[in-house]
Amino acid sequence: MNLFDILGPVMVGPSSSHTAGAVRIGRMARRLLGEGTPRMARIILSGSFAATGQGHGTDRALIAGLLGMQPDDGRIPESFSAANEAGMAYTFSRVNLPGEHPNTAKIELTGKSGRALSMIASSLGGGRIMVVEMNGLRVSFSGDLPTLIVLNRDQPGHVRDVSDILARAGVNIATLHLYRDYPGGSAVMIIETDKIVSSEHLDQLRSIRGITGVTFVGTEKEG
Amino acid sequence: MAIESLAALEAAGRNEDLFDAIVKSDCVDRGVTPGASISQMTVLYNAIRSAKENYDPGQRSRSGMVGGDGAKMRSYAASGKTICGEYIGSVLAQAIEMGESNACMKCIVAAPTAGSCGVLPAVLLPYQEREKLDDAAMVRAMYVAGAVGQVIAKKASIAGAAGGCQAEIGTASAMGAAALCYLAGGSAQAVCHAAAMAIKSLLGLVCDPVAGLVEVPCVKRNAAGAMIAMSSADLALAGIRSAVPPDEVIDAMREVGDKMDISLRETGLGGVAATAFGQAISEKMSGL
Repeated sequence: MNLFDILGPVMVGPSSSHTAGAVRIGRMARRLLGEGTPRMARIILSGSFAATGQGHGTDRALIAGLLGMQPDDGRIPESFSAANEAGMAYTFSRVNLPGEHPNTAKIELTGKSGRALSMIASSLGGGRIMVVEMNGLRVSFSGDLPTLIVLNRDQPGHVRDVSDILARAGVNIATLHLYRDYPGGSAVMIIETDKIVSSEHLDQLRSIRGITGVTFVGTEKEG
Repeated sequence: MAIESLAALEAAGRNEDLFDAIVKSDCVDRGVTPGASISQMTVLYNAIRSAKENYDPGQRSRSGMVGGDGAKMRSYAASGKTICGEYIGSVLAQAIEMGESNACMKCIVAAPTAGSCGVLPAVLLPYQEREKLDDAAMVRAMYVAGAVGQVIAKKASIAGAAGGCQAEIGTASAMGAAALCYLAGGSAQAVCHAAAMAIKSLLGLVCDPVAGLVEVPCVKRNAAGAMIAMSSADLALAGIRSAVPPDEVIDAMREVGDKMDISLRETGLGGVAATAFGQAISEKMSGL
């Protein structure tokens, strides 16, 4: 852990894992959806999030994150009414997700355009989070570094295509992980980078045949 | 490179000021400039002060168990009748106020965790006021506190779920002891021993939150952690050293945490959480 994992975050209490981490999980889902405040959010709380989430404000924190608030936003306790004002409908249920970290939520979003996103993420402590499933595919990324998520058909050449464009953009790859459902099926590349990828380069990625989705999330550096 | 042991921290402090050594280490760790690092730490210190100023005596937690005690302690501290004296009274008040603000969903600075967020403000803010120190000095002390926390995170744990409350209040107390010792002019060796003596005093402290909430006994343990931080710093400044080498104390903390039963590690199943009172609150909260 670095020095600022020990000191900080600046956050609305009471729990870095159950409150600050939950805000970050909500924000991550919103950013992965990529079109602002969703129209509808179905939230499933699992494990300790289900057991002690209400007393920790986990529910309010997740909604706050979906509305784009940061963990230090003083409006987090009143996020339910903020959601009503913003026109975001939401439901909560408690279902144990077997095999997941104790502090885990599954979020299913429908955007204003009808776009859908499904994400499972865990809060690891100290406000740090990990996305473990996205649209049904097992993944693993934290959002600590700028993260490029590329959905593609599982066929030869796409890693080269993507790394070529990043190389030309002068973007260094910090980590690269590949996941797929079955040979020749759907695949996802999770690429953590040291720099922001420009929208021009993201468009170049999107134009490649066989690449079905490109999402980029920058970092959330907090003081 | 991160400072990974108290021996390394002490060695780093032999050639240069601890603050300079820790800033350098942070810059390498995170690929930032010294200026960016120090301004980030300054933001945190300012946020601690804002959190103090935003304390509201009327605030109550979701369970209703927490709120108003900080104000009680604050006015009692000013009464001139306290056993510990007005200064320590203000430290206790600050610790309780910050812990209450956290439980009541106000903005705080986790140090190292949200549940233990009262210790560092309680030892630093009153000391700054009494000694008339500038913010830059306090920011330097924050680095020393952070480095001690980093070593504990590396060698043991700062999570109640992993190591019990010794990992949270114990770590916060060690960080506070180190920061105070540094501010008072203690050597790097004294700083490390202050931290070790604080940990030893809180070794074995279990994490037993009623209904799993960061309220009872968490808020009041911040006051205890602040007291032990001050006593440990004074012992070290007097020239007293931990008989057990500081890094071995942290190893022991790790071992004790590993041996701690799961019911005593933030599950809300043991300790005061398992009392009749604790069970009743737990039932009330699950019915919400």
